[in-house]
Amino acid sequence: MAEDEKLVPDDHIDLRGVLCPINFVKTKLKLEMMDSGQVLEIILDDGEPIRSVPRSIKEEGHKIIKVENMEGAYRLLIKKA
Amino acid sequence: MAEKTVTQRIDLNELKSGGFIKQTQKDLFTVRLKVPGGRITPEKLTKVAEVAKKYSRLGYCHLSFRQSVEIIGVHIDDFDAVVKELATVGQKIASCGPRVRVPTACGGCEYNPNGIMDAQSKALEVDDKHFGTPCHHKFKMSFSGCPIDCARTREMDLGFQGVVYPVWSKDLCNGCTLCAKACQEGAIVSDKEGRPMFDESKCVYCGDCIRACPTDAWKDKKKGWLVRTGGKHGRHPREADLVANFLPDSKVNDFISATLKWYKENGKTKERIGTVIDRVGLGKFKKEVASAFR
Repeated sequence: MAEDEKLVPDDHIDLRGVLCPINFVKTKLKLEMMDSGQVLEIILDDGEPIRSVPRSIKEEGHKIIKVENMEGAYRLLIKKA
Repeated sequence: MAEKTVTQRIDLNELKSGGFIKQTQKDLFTVRLKVPGGRITPEKLTKVAEVAKKYSRLGYCHLSFRQSVEIIGVHIDDFDAVVKELATVGQKIASCGPRVRVPTACGGCEYNPNGIMDAQSKALEVDDKHFGTPCHHKFKMSFSGCPIDCARTREMDLGFQGVVYPVWSKDLCNGCTLCAKACQEGAIVSDKEGRPMFDESKCVYCGDCIRACPTDAWKDKKKGWLVRTGGKHGRHPREADLVANFLPDSKVNDFISATLKWYKENGKTKERIGTVIDRVGLGKFKKEVASAFR
């Protein structure tokens, strides 16, 4: 991880228990309300969510700057494009 | 008035490659329309609906298992009119019988994020070059853009499925482990630092790792078609054999031509290519056709 990346999130959503594709849609809507360069923290379940949501975020052009394993869930930091 | 003879009633040239299928009802036929890859413009679809409304004596269409629109219950005396009216929008009749059929394809890589190869364009191109070629039996082809294989290449006489070869560069990797999470095949396992350990023997070349990687450490080295032959459905299904991998897009038509030639030379009347392979051996096909494309 590059040192100069901003690691303090500006906003946060806990998506544990939220199914695909609702988890991605919620992430997308949240990002739309944020400014370019701001960082969103999301918590995703293991399994299908962690497999699918990151690639959809990438396809939308945003950057995942950190991934943290939290035992059964994942914490992601997304920098808005 | 005396009944017209068959030759006067219809243009037999139109029947050459089939597409008019006899029904239970006297003088009624199913007219199978050509829809390569299952993609049809609203303009054509509107015309098909118009023609079906006018000429289907049973009042309905059927969507065939190979993506064709079929107008059910067309009277033999209406063949010419149906063909002529459909031709005004360029809508052609499909085929039946012992020949190369209209290729099927998945929806398309232009809008499906899993897409690797352009199955729709290829289906159109292949239809243009090979449709109607006479064979010992029916010859069905399909194109799937990725290994999810919606177009079921394993059930085809010859099937093409998109593949992508992933390569990883250490310098760009930040050890996030998303690639190992994205891989559904167990081909990528993260080491202690989160870096991927790649087992190619388990890889199906789907590219999920490339799509998941946030730092572009996984990239595509090459793309191409995985080729299967000898598949069929029906009374005695047979799963197709893998005969080539990473076939370049530009070689697809040559591969088809070489396969059709081999089938013609090695097959017997009413024998599907899978049956020929079972009789003469897959090794013979690989040696005489596939090896030239390595």
